[in-house]
Amino acid sequence: MIFLTFPCKLRDKPTDLQGQSRPHNSPLKNEDKMRPFKSLTAALLIGLSSLTTAAQAEITIDINSPVIEPMPFAVPDFIDEGGAGELAANISRVVAADLAGTGLFIETPKDAYISRVTSFDAPISYPDWQAINTQALITGAVQAGGDRIVVKFRLFDVASGQPLGEGLQFAGTPASWRRMAHKVADAVYSRITGEGPYFDSRVVYVAESGPKNQRQKRLGVMDYDGANVKYLTDSSSIVLAPRFSPNGDRILFTSYASGFPAIYVMNVGNLKTRNLGEVPGTMTFAPRFSPDGNTVVFSLEKGGNTDIYSMDINSGAMSQLTNAPSIETSPSFSPDGSQIVFESDRSGSQQIYMMPAGGGEGVRISGGKGRYSTPVWSPRGDMIAFTKQNEGRFHIGAMLTDGTEERLLTASFLDEGPTWAPNGRVIMFTREGAGAGGQAGLMSVDVSGRNLKAIPTEGPASDPSWSPMLP
Amino acid sequence: MTLLPKALLIVAALGLAACNNPDRYKNGAGADGMNNGAGSGINTNGLGDPSNPRSIAYFNQSVGDRVLFPVDTSTLTPEARGVLAGQAAWLATNGDYAIIIEGHADEQGTREYNLALGARRAASVQDFLISQGVKPSRMRTISYGKERPIEVCSEEACYAKNRRAVTVLSMGTGA
Repeated sequence: MIFLTFPCKLRDKPTDLQGQSRPHNSPLKNEDKMRPFKSLTAALLIGLSSLTTAAQAEITIDINSPVIEPMPFAVPDFIDEGGAGELAANISRVVAADLAGTGLFIETPKDAYISRVTSFDAPISYPDWQAINTQALITGAVQAGGDRIVVKFRLFDVASGQPLGEGLQFAGTPASWRRMAHKVADAVYSRITGEGPYFDSRVVYVAESGPKNQRQKRLGVMDYDGANVKYLTDSSSIVLAPRFSPNGDRILFTSYASGFPAIYVMNVGNLKTRNLGEVPGTMTFAPRFSPDGNTVVFSLEKGGNTDIYSMDINSGAMSQLTNAPSIETSPSFSPDGSQIVFESDRSGSQQIYMMPAGGGEGVRISGGKGRYSTPVWSPRGDMIAFTKQNEGRFHIGAMLTDGTEERLLTASFLDEGPTWAPNGRVIMFTREGAGAGGQAGLMSVDVSGRNLKAIPTEGPASDPSWSPMLP
Repeated sequence: MTLLPKALLIVAALGLAACNNPDRYKNGAGADGMNNGAGSGINTNGLGDPSNPRSIAYFNQSVGDRVLFPVDTSTLTPEARGVLAGQAAWLATNGDYAIIIEGHADEQGTREYNLALGARRAASVQDFLISQGVKPSRMRTISYGKERPIEVCSEEACYAKNRRAVTVLSMGTGA
């Protein structure tokens, strides 16, 4: 069996609901309150604080349920309250795409609508939405003026005829309209699932072009859904495996810019890039930040042997964390910074080990058949995602941090390099096809194994690294 | 571990890179070099006449510029040792060439592991050449992992050619 499910320990919640209505038993106010905010940051704080009420929501989806019936939802085009033009409809389309893209929701077709929403503050005609079996209704409005747009929305539990949570308002520049759409969708997703948000995030990756034996690579960064691409380097040197810093302000990557592979750090804001101290005769690669962003763990190869080192990113001071004749690489910190998970072939094949952040022998945690590599600690701290090779196939998998309850989420000719969404619920990775025509692309899959899908990119792509939630 | 002051090392690295950047795959140059018969080099003009036994083209074609490895190993086969002994003998009488040893892997592995594996293969070749009398100061290694296959089919026939270490010479910068 390739696809396994097991009782997930990610969330202590009874598996009782699959998008069905529950009797109203929460202290949520029936009356919405709109709060004006001057920045996305302030608005996000409110968005996060709304999570605390999620457990009391009338309509919920338990992501861990073995079978999920997608919840029908409707997002009528947001109302243009002045100057918004096409933005109003565009924002509502991105909200709908975010929600439907999770596989947990399904959009009710617009031509089924009975009611029209013509004003943001008009009363909701619940029977009209109940009649077409929609369970969640999202209404919104957009105002635009000068260099500022304001997006507000409300979420309604159609079956119980109640608003679900308070209305929220986000303000930003017109250029950030997709972010505001993602924030609306994040708030809806979190209120209904009880999970943390992840739509308002970016992914740094390697954009590829050219045939396999002449591949050109450059760094790109995009919204989590593949939109809004910006290229960070040109294709003059091979670049590999970029990784975001814990607050998204910097990117570590490996480049052949000097002629030899070495690790670099780039400031995302101004693209200033510096070599992290190349030592002649050695190769450095596989860098990752510590949770506080001050330390980099990476592999350093000298005389053919690869070990794991750490470096204080400000002083450049290095220390050696492993010392073995085998290959030690792909280190990743635990979210609390106390442990490092990494791969080693000291047993004769690649396996996953864990050691204290200060270094040490390491304890093997992978125990199944085949080779295990590229471990990445979940931002929630509870799981390790990895690449597995067995009997000529590649898999992306996840297991608890003690190596138990392994489950394989994918299988293909070549899947590798998982990265976690900020909420630890979704994994993105590289999938590459066989032969000359088999270009690389990005895929994502729920940690449950559901909702495997391709991320649309302008061209072939590899090595994704998910950012934290944007500030 | 102890290291030289970082600033000094960076200067040294930049200096070396400036006078001898080994990345012959830059700016799409890879395919041109790779498709040049059995040989490969910094550029097609610098290879010289293959009938001249002191030329890079002769080294690439007649001595043999590469050795191949079994799956997931960096151990030199008897055949590889034979090729490398020939390289060492040729290099002993052609002391002006600088040497970059490239290690490569096939696509059946994860990216970072394959970088380390390519480095192991390059180091195996370097160690053997040193044992045969080639001066360490003439040589550097570089790993391309699975980034630069020469064959693109996903079958063992192609993988076998991609699991390689290539001895790449350049003129005038040796010793």
